[in-house]
Amino acid sequence: MSLVEIKDLKVHYPIRTGFWNRITDSVRAVDGITFNIEAGETYGLVGESGSGKSTTGKSVVGLEKVTSGSILYKGVDITKKANRSRLDYNRDVQMIFQDSLSSLNPRKRIEDIIAEPLRNFEHLSKDEEKLRVLQLLDIVGLDADALYKYPHQFSGGQRQRIGVARAVATNPKLIIADEPVSALDLSVQAQVLNFMKKIQREFGISYLFISHDLGVVRHMCNNIAIMNRGRLVEIGTRDDIYNHPLHIYTKRLLAAIPETNVNQRMAHRASRLAVEKIYQEQQSKYYDENGEAFPLIQVSPTHSVALPETIAKQLASQEGEVQA
Amino acid sequence: MWKTILRRILIMIPEVIILSILVFLLAKAMPGDPFTGSINPKADPQQIHHLMKINGLYDPWYQQYWHWVVHLFHGNLGNSYQYQEPVTRLISGRAANTLWLALFTMILTYAFALPMGVYAGRHEGKLPDTIIRFYTYVTYCIPFFVILVLGIWIFGYVFGWFPTTGSISSSASGWLSTIGSRFYHILLPGILGALFGTVNIVQYLRSEVIDAKSSDYVRTARSKGVPSKDIYRHHIFRNSLLPIAAFAGYSITGLLNGSIFTETVFSYPGMGLLFVNSISYRDYTVITALVLIYGILNLLGTLLSDIILSIVDPRIRIE
Amino acid sequence: MTTTSNFLSIKDVSTAFKIDGQFYDAISHIDLQVQRDEILAIVGESGCGKSTLATTIMGLHDPHETKISGEIDFEGTDLLQLDDAGYNQFRGAKIGMIFQDPLSALNPLKRVEDQISEVMDYHTDLTKEEKHDRVLQLLDEVGIVNPKRTAHQFPHELSGGMRQRVIIAIAIACKPDLIIADEPTTALDVTIQAQILDVLRAIQKENHAGIILITHDLGVVAETADRVAVMYAGQIVEQGTAEQIFNTPEHPYTRSLLRSMPQRDNENDDLYVIKGNVPSLQKMPSTGDRFAPRIPWVPADAHEANPTMHEVTPGHEVRCTCYKHFKFPDEKGSVTA
Repeated sequence: MSLVEIKDLKVHYPIRTGFWNRITDSVRAVDGITFNIEAGETYGLVGESGSGKSTTGKSVVGLEKVTSGSILYKGVDITKKANRSRLDYNRDVQMIFQDSLSSLNPRKRIEDIIAEPLRNFEHLSKDEEKLRVLQLLDIVGLDADALYKYPHQFSGGQRQRIGVARAVATNPKLIIADEPVSALDLSVQAQVLNFMKKIQREFGISYLFISHDLGVVRHMCNNIAIMNRGRLVEIGTRDDIYNHPLHIYTKRLLAAIPETNVNQRMAHRASRLAVEKIYQEQQSKYYDENGEAFPLIQVSPTHSVALPETIAKQLASQEGEVQA
Repeated sequence: MWKTILRRILIMIPEVIILSILVFLLAKAMPGDPFTGSINPKADPQQIHHLMKINGLYDPWYQQYWHWVVHLFHGNLGNSYQYQEPVTRLISGRAANTLWLALFTMILTYAFALPMGVYAGRHEGKLPDTIIRFYTYVTYCIPFFVILVLGIWIFGYVFGWFPTTGSISSSASGWLSTIGSRFYHILLPGILGALFGTVNIVQYLRSEVIDAKSSDYVRTARSKGVPSKDIYRHHIFRNSLLPIAAFAGYSITGLLNGSIFTETVFSYPGMGLLFVNSISYRDYTVITALVLIYGILNLLGTLLSDIILSIVDPRIRIE
Repeated sequence: MTTTSNFLSIKDVSTAFKIDGQFYDAISHIDLQVQRDEILAIVGESGCGKSTLATTIMGLHDPHETKISGEIDFEGTDLLQLDDAGYNQFRGAKIGMIFQDPLSALNPLKRVEDQISEVMDYHTDLTKEEKHDRVLQLLDEVGIVNPKRTAHQFPHELSGGMRQRVIIAIAIACKPDLIIADEPTTALDVTIQAQILDVLRAIQKENHAGIILITHDLGVVAETADRVAVMYAGQIVEQGTAEQIFNTPEHPYTRSLLRSMPQRDNENDDLYVIKGNVPSLQKMPSTGDRFAPRIPWVPADAHEANPTMHEVTPGHEVRCTCYKHFKFPDEKGSVTA
């Protein structure tokens, strides 16, 4: 059994119009997505802004009201509030945010920020609590004198590590990381990513890693889902997605990642423009008549793509030929 | 947009009903009655009892309320116990006075506050800014009624420049002299109200201007080669005035409420003075009518602000 | 089109900011040339001074809060000698600027058309109709599908990519010779980023403009730039052609940055982490190699006392001689202090 099983999750926001403010339509932020997160793995959820990836993340933590579908954690549906409290779900699942400055209370000292989840879920004595906070600071590589400082006294990377320390304080099983490094400089990004991998090795934490940066996702994630307008268009292993992408949307995202290989830049650009051309011209092949993604079709034990069965099989076999 | 405005007005109906019940109950809860001591200090308690009875003041509150509502729909707010005339006539005579004073004060307030706020923001940290800020702090610190009393004493009694009571001189005749006299009577309270009511607008506008100065779109304008004075004219002022414009709806009702002080000190026969008097005489019919009017005005002021904002700010559309 | 190469020449420019009554250098002694028909990328992490350099060229600093020295020679004029009115003849007309955050860089209360034509109000004699036509033409040029509709809209009604196109339209409205683009794609999705960079390149070809592209994204640099200047702690530490910088990077900072990027083949390894932090303005050392504290295993005598630029190959310059001895700790033959 997977750690988390998301089944046909939908989050719709009503649009109210007219004199009586009745619900006439809805924004389908998340529109029926299904995937599993295994214990100890990093699952990547990739998409452009407005694709619904952050909404999905918030639903998994329980910050978003789910319209329909279920999120099973250890087999129990945690979209129901009663189940969340019974399972200690809020202790087992934590979140790391993109903007570390605004997600840390500016008027609280680091000691109180990190101890907050401990105070909520564990009943430690003052000394035990302090010892635990010091351990956590040590894990994220900050000195003990950080205890009495305030968030603004740290750099972006340090703050992000404080956010991580707070997230791991209660020994969570799953951390939802929503764009955890996209506000950071390259060298600081490296620090935070290394650190996330390190605590995963040590504590067996699972991550739901939400990002638009396919370079970072490739580095971090074993399994990846590509999200487009509220639906998943492709899921697979790192190898499936990066080396054998099937859906045009995935190909387009991959082609748009800037490469540091200067010598290949003309070729890379040409291939990007070629993919863009297919994307613009063949919308009807890759999306249904409403412009929405098709249901996912499995093309290999690990790889699924949102295409009609015949096209999916055809593309997969082409990829297979390329492989052979 | 019209649909939304209509809907907002409809939503106001239950608010007004709840408000009216509250007002009615609060007025009833006040100790005392409208008759003791007002007719004749030595009035017979039996007679007061009788008056209370024929006026229905011993009935359960909901019955009294119901009578009041039924009359309300006939355009009848009852008779004032104190003045012995219909409340509608009593209030309408005074509403105009209050409105003139409020409008005049508001125009003056904006005329003082806008240039001060803009100037202070533009020259942040320099001498004029320091002076303007000092001025706003001083006016903020001194209670308004103290200013009114001081003003009336200095300019009304010591110098004798302005009338100290009433809304019109009894000798005024002919329309020109009537208007002149009315204006003369609101001049001093208007100026005092404006001079000491600017603090919020000045401070708010000042900080808006300072924010706008360092905003990204102003940087864009500078990188277009727009001269500084045009940047102020086309970008900074308009954008900073936006929240002030939206505030206008609230501020006009605020001024109507604030007229209570001014009218009392200046014995200016407006709604505010009437309100204060009715409270001291337990003139229930007048109190409830006035509070209801103030309440409705406040609700309308909020709506007005929203409408103004939706007109001046393209990001906000009432739909 | 002129054949003289350096039409922008930055000589020994320093910009200092006033902090608590004292001036501290945000950029120090910058020497840089930009030519027509080229894209020069300035790359570095936050706090290295790259945006300060851009705003210094544009003359956007408050003269009371900053102290600027040196010379910025642009088509024969030293921009730093100009007063505000003189600068306004250049800003928007001969130098256009593109900003990072396309939402806040546009006035929320003005229609797109007014914001674009405003720049023409000050630098051209076009009539109202001509300006209107030019606005539509510009919007079309930057890849907006329905120019008429967009011209009439307000910024909040547009997507991030569309807003950035509008900003570009403003910057190029008067066909400037120099375009400064400060992180033009940082706030955008990768697919939009690629399109915006295409637009920039097309405009540069069309107008024979010189572009200064400021970014922290090495991928964007590698895909777009002709020449690259790497900045660290207010100084240029390495410059050369894109090929030189990416194929044979020399300065330890450049090499460290490239190594800390997630790459196709290092998924299972830890990423390289540069030790320490960029020094703050107040703590910037006045002498010595500013990068030395972040490569502590390199012996002190490998650094110059006052590091200068050294030419490695024609056009490729590196600050300080320490690059000759630099090896990462895990490389063979590395020196440990």
